[in-house]
Amino acid sequence: MTTVSEQRLARIFVEVADTLVDEFDLIEFLQMLADRAAGLIDTATVGLLLADEQNRLRFMAASDETTKLLELFQLQWQDGPCLDAFRTAEPVVNADLRTASARWPRFAPYATAAGFRSVHAFPLRLRNEVIGAMGVFGTGSTAFDDADVQIVQALADVAAIGLLQERTIRRGEVLTEQLQGALNSRIVIEQAKGAIAQSYHISVDAAFELIRAYARRTNRRLSEVARLVVTDLSSLPDLTTA
Amino acid sequence: MLIRQVPRRVFDAWLSRKMAGVVELLERVCVDVVQALSASGAGVSVMASDGVHGMAAASDSSTARIEELQFTLGEGPCIDAFASGRPVLVSDLADGATSRWPLYTPAVRDAGVRAVFAFPLQIGAARLGVLDVFRTRPGSLSRAELGQAFAFADLMVMTLLDGQERAGVGEFDEVFEHGAELFQAQGMVMVQLGIPLTDALVWIRAHAYASNRPLSEVAADIVARRLRFDSDHA
Repeated sequence: MTTVSEQRLARIFVEVADTLVDEFDLIEFLQMLADRAAGLIDTATVGLLLADEQNRLRFMAASDETTKLLELFQLQWQDGPCLDAFRTAEPVVNADLRTASARWPRFAPYATAAGFRSVHAFPLRLRNEVIGAMGVFGTGSTAFDDADVQIVQALADVAAIGLLQERTIRRGEVLTEQLQGALNSRIVIEQAKGAIAQSYHISVDAAFELIRAYARRTNRRLSEVARLVVTDLSSLPDLTTA
Repeated sequence: MLIRQVPRRVFDAWLSRKMAGVVELLERVCVDVVQALSASGAGVSVMASDGVHGMAAASDSSTARIEELQFTLGEGPCIDAFASGRPVLVSDLADGATSRWPLYTPAVRDAGVRAVFAFPLQIGAARLGVLDVFRTRPGSLSRAELGQAFAFADLMVMTLLDGQERAGVGEFDEVFEHGAELFQAQGMVMVQLGIPLTDALVWIRAHAYASNRPLSEVAADIVARRLRFDSDHA
């Protein structure tokens, strides 16, 4: 059974290509990729991790907050499919979480309790280099066949090429500069979530939605709005109405 | 619900302790950076959020002069790294740098510098300054050297926030590894106290120190709204 929707797939490749020619923002790109990849596969969510310069995986984007936690716990516990895919440079496919406790003693029970049944993880790689991992988490029985695996891996590869493109057309330092900038932008986003949660007396998750929605409505970048929130909150209008 | 408050004096005590010896610590780290990265010099500039600087420390006096150049000239990798929140890695100042920094480039080349690597000292939007690494020969930092440079930058962030030396590179992951909650707590305290983000970081660390609790626990309490800082802040 082919799980991945071909039409949605065609659109996402176009969108990825479009992002790459546009002025490039790593955080936007990764968030888009996570959202679209999740949209490709029924009952699945997607999270993205990238390695920093010390080769430690860092959380970058997720299609929803639950998945973000799944990724963060993998990093904290050093246990889980995304770490395996990153270490081995090979995809982890069709892992049944209910029978995976031996393989991932901490991750598997946690993910099962969070309502997930299956997991797949794909290395973000280009030639010999692995720069991160993409996790696909299914709440249903999302069984991938060989064609699915190839398609999702191709998507991960395209993303890796996108991330590394600047390196080939410019100089080796650019990716490092971008990646570190993006890692820091992730922190700014969390700080902004806290600031908005406090200002509006809402949860941090609700705060994230406010920030995202405002960025979309005003056609600005998430990282740009987040920075404004923590450096000059009073310059922003009421996010609930503006 | 228990609402804990942080007395003002705790913060003040923390602050005075924090400032003692910071420059000396940073100078020592700069010397370590030079050694670890086969550099000719290393300097740290501590900067206010408006970009107005105060040069803090360098590995030696000639590097201190080079470090100050970009503030005299108003341009350079350090200023760009601070403004963009990204490292600026210039592996060969002979390769296109003159068009980017027309004044700075010839000035540092006259001083014998051929490569400059600038690493922002920051936690999210809380920007503290920049670490600059200078070399007299062109060439990129290796992946391992880059990793070390980021580790030194992290160490300097901790030094600036705490004013105390950590046991060494690799032992200051706490802030960077706690993930989302600590950063969210920083944003919340910033709003609670109406202070800049950097000060919010110091407040949270001061509270963790004064109450002898792990930073992660304090952050979790703030995010869960069991702990807030605004009640007795004048």
